[in-house]
Amino acid sequence: MTSVVATNQTILVVGGGISGMTAALEAAETGKQVVLVEKNPYLGGRTVQLYRYFPKMCHPTCGLEINLRRLKANPRIQVLTMAEVTGISGDKGAYNISVKLKPRYVNENCTACGECGKAVKAEIDDEFNYNLGKIKAAYLPSSMAYPQRYVIDSSIVGTPDGEVAKAVCKYNAVELDMQEEVVTLNAGAIVWATGWQPYDASKIVYYGYGRFPNVISNVEFERLADPHGPTGGKILRPSDGKEAKNVAFIQCAGSRDENHLRHCSRFCCMASLKQTHYVQEAFGNAGKSTIYYIDIRAIDRFEDFYQNVKANPNVSFVKSKVARITEDKEGNPVCNGVNVEGYKRYATAHDLVVLALGMEPSVKGMDIPAEVMSDSSGFIMADPVNAGIFGAGCATNALDVNRAVQSATAAALRAIQVVNKVARAEA
Amino acid sequence: MGDMNTQMADRYKNNFLKEIEEQAEMGEWVKMCMQCGLCSGSCPTNFQAGWDHPPQEIFMMIRAGKRDEVLASNSMWMCTSCYNCYVRCPRKVPVTHVMHGIAEYAYRIGRSPKNQPTQHLSKTFWDNCTKYGRVNEVKLTQTLYFKDGIGSGIKKAMEMQSVAMGLVKSGRLNLMEAVGGGHKCKDLKGIHAMLTKAKELEAQRKAAKATPAG
Repeated sequence: MTSVVATNQTILVVGGGISGMTAALEAAETGKQVVLVEKNPYLGGRTVQLYRYFPKMCHPTCGLEINLRRLKANPRIQVLTMAEVTGISGDKGAYNISVKLKPRYVNENCTACGECGKAVKAEIDDEFNYNLGKIKAAYLPSSMAYPQRYVIDSSIVGTPDGEVAKAVCKYNAVELDMQEEVVTLNAGAIVWATGWQPYDASKIVYYGYGRFPNVISNVEFERLADPHGPTGGKILRPSDGKEAKNVAFIQCAGSRDENHLRHCSRFCCMASLKQTHYVQEAFGNAGKSTIYYIDIRAIDRFEDFYQNVKANPNVSFVKSKVARITEDKEGNPVCNGVNVEGYKRYATAHDLVVLALGMEPSVKGMDIPAEVMSDSSGFIMADPVNAGIFGAGCATNALDVNRAVQSATAAALRAIQVVNKVARAEA
Repeated sequence: MGDMNTQMADRYKNNFLKEIEEQAEMGEWVKMCMQCGLCSGSCPTNFQAGWDHPPQEIFMMIRAGKRDEVLASNSMWMCTSCYNCYVRCPRKVPVTHVMHGIAEYAYRIGRSPKNQPTQHLSKTFWDNCTKYGRVNEVKLTQTLYFKDGIGSGIKKAMEMQSVAMGLVKSGRLNLMEAVGGGHKCKDLKGIHAMLTKAKELEAQRKAAKATPAG
């Protein structure tokens, strides 16, 4: 059984992405007890699935490494992975929370030596790489995964493959009889940082995502550019593995659309501008990017970044929301629409189309097992009715990493105030 | 009543957007357009040579006050009412209805393009079906085919001969209706009363809009 030490002076942080980790660390570093709950087998969330950050074009692993070091050095944070909050009762200052823990089938003895992964035959979808490839059913989710422990997929438990994994493990780390369990814990305040998910691109029917293999999403493009990704960092298009030198980016794919996401997702313009750098780096002057846009919202101090991309002769901008994607005989996706500048119709073929998908909350406000106010998109709104539950990061709004971290720090401060009050009352 | 066009132009002076908002059905939606171009890109008629301006350009021209160009444009009349633009518009602008509204307004003040085939069809169809409450197919096609003279009318009729024969055989077209009134609806008086009332209500509504506020 997993044991969790928590009292009404504890802060529960739900979600271990960049926001959750930040909130947990900020609170713990002021001396508070924190329980950090993460659904995935690893921390870092969608941030670690990025190849590079804007605007500095640095690698997320760097920032993550700093956070992980802070985390490892801090005895006040207990991390529960493969864990989901299933129930919240009580009130501000005295919450009672139930958490469902899925079995990892690998215990703390694991040294991440990788023998089980080599021995196991069965393969499963590679979720970390947005299912662009397959991985072994005994796996380390990513090279930077924390905890650095393998996971045995439940599909091979009870099969000969599972027994093989157990047999090859020299450290007695594989425990195939692990069971799902539910733990309950107390907390004075809750930081809800369950983050975001990309909008379901197949709902934008006229873009043909799912029908045309060379129409992919912006998050998938991150994985294609990443050396740890399914193509080893080569930008190869899915249909035939050809180098995608002529890439189209379609902005507002789902966002700012009453039929899809009503809000501006804020990060997608910058993400596409950033991704033109990937094309430029991979192919030099042979790499061409085209950005189809309604208007570029390079908010805040990012205007500079936009102007630099604009100055690149290999990047062109077309002011138009693409109305339809078709496919030509060579399997090239063709963008159809009318250019607002001159109102001329175009039908332009590209090697690859990247949909700059917007973000929606991965847990909608109404699906949170407590009374929490949320807007029509499902983002948590600050409201007295939320009591001791504070939204952080992309659970509250469409944010980039920078703003998510700011939001998480603010949420941590609010949570700290609640447990301070509890501490004073209990003293 | 005088010249409607001059009256309206005088009243709204250089504010064509306001004129459309107040006078054209659904005109108040024009300002909601964010010029993304999804309507134009989705429009099935925009391959046609007669398509002067895509909807998003019409919206921009209205805002820019290009009164003469908009009212005389062919575009609104090219709309097939497929509703692609309407269902896809990210701002939920009822583009189809706006286009119809502008077309109707242009016609009402006598500024719509002359001899525009769709306009001619609409007018002919309306007159034909409101007269007896039912469409007289023979008279409708006659009026349409002979629009540009006897020669081209006969040519068109000959081209459509096999379709017409099919319709006759299946009882959908009675050639005898070329003379006389043709088939009528059961309650002709009722339908005329309804149409008169509807016209009256619409006139009231438009008069209310046309009265300058304050």
